[in-house]
Amino acid sequence: MTLSVAMTVNGKAVSGKVEARTLLVQFLRENLGMTGTHVGCDTSQCGACVVDVDGKSVKSCTMLAVQAEGTKVTTIEGLAPSADKLHPMQEAFRDNHALQCGFCTPGMVMSAIDMVKRNNYQLDEATVRRELEGNLCRCTGYHNIVKAILAAAPAMKSAGV
Amino acid sequence: MYDFAYHRPKTLADAVATLKGKDEARPMSGGMTLIPTLKQRLAKPSDVVDLGGIKELAGIKADASSVTIGAMTKHYDVSVSPDVKKTIPALAELAGHIGDPAVRNRGTIGGSVANSDPAADYPAAVVALNATITTNTGKHAADGFFKGLFETALKDGELITSITFPKPEKAAYMKFPNPASRYAMVGVFVAKTKDGVRVAVTGAGSAVFRVKAMEDALAKNFTSAAIKDIKIPSKDLNSDIHGSAEYRAHLVGVMARRAVDAANK
Repeated sequence: MTLSVAMTVNGKAVSGKVEARTLLVQFLRENLGMTGTHVGCDTSQCGACVVDVDGKSVKSCTMLAVQAEGTKVTTIEGLAPSADKLHPMQEAFRDNHALQCGFCTPGMVMSAIDMVKRNNYQLDEATVRRELEGNLCRCTGYHNIVKAILAAAPAMKSAGV
Repeated sequence: MYDFAYHRPKTLADAVATLKGKDEARPMSGGMTLIPTLKQRLAKPSDVVDLGGIKELAGIKADASSVTIGAMTKHYDVSVSPDVKKTIPALAELAGHIGDPAVRNRGTIGGSVANSDPAADYPAAVVALNATITTNTGKHAADGFFKGLFETALKDGELITSITFPKPEKAAYMKFPNPASRYAMVGVFVAKTKDGVRVAVTGAGSAVFRVKAMEDALAKNFTSAAIKDIKIPSKDLNSDIHGSAEYRAHLVGVMARRAVDAANK
């Protein structure tokens, strides 16, 4: 079944033809060519595909593209305010060396931003570790990711994002 | 994933009408189980009827004696609801530990209860709190609703609209999550009401079940010491790469005692 779908991705109106079975992550990567959102496990466990849909973090490998009709989607490509400036969370990941291979990083960053906002910019280490339960990293042992998120929370607050 | 015809009705009546007469159609609530199932080609529905656009099915209402949660209410919304936290804090706590944050943003109570996954959390709350399941055609009591592995008393075309949980005197849920999936290896919900005590176990069997021996002991003496010598038979319990039936039987005792202690706090 071919359907038309329209949504806003990173502030731009986009549309396209998809099958009913097309996943949101496929639409982003294959229709829009936005390959920043990754497919890791494809079984809703690893969180590499996390994007923001209408203010809620979701696993885009476990949502149909047609379910995103009319929504506002933010992906990793939509975070940096300009070509030479990163989002405070991206900056914190760089400063704290919170990645090795980098495959999980887009999902980690998206989940981390959602976590900071949901907890009103106030996080402690135990909360960060617990709330990262939906994102898997096979390189870092999480330690630097946790450090980065703790560093980014006040930076996001002062940047007003 | 095999392709299917996609429908997004705006009302319950439309959803029921769309499902009618289509033997191979499947309703979809949050899709947190159905989409992974479709991806593995374990199901091949002709039609998927997405209930996500039906506003009348989401929302939480509370009064002095109960909480009623609309079927399409997300786990996240239950976990942060002031009404649920005030009336049945154990239920908010349970909802806040289902899956992970992204799953809680999409998964719904109605979907979880209708699915009867043997390791889902909500069925334990439904049974222990003696909830009432309301559908488009009538009401179901909690006892007898969960019939077995992915099997409930729901008929074809019958959709859960809301679930009503009576307020207990004391309650708590404790689970031992699988570290990868966050599903319950074993989860035990204990509730004390004026009518007695109910102990419901998820994750251990083919579907949620009650433990009468524990309920009787706790009705006389609501402390973890009262159930410390009760052994759960491992016969018929789940055995897989994550844990043997004997291990799960042991965990039922541990989680039940922790739940009673938490309820008494």
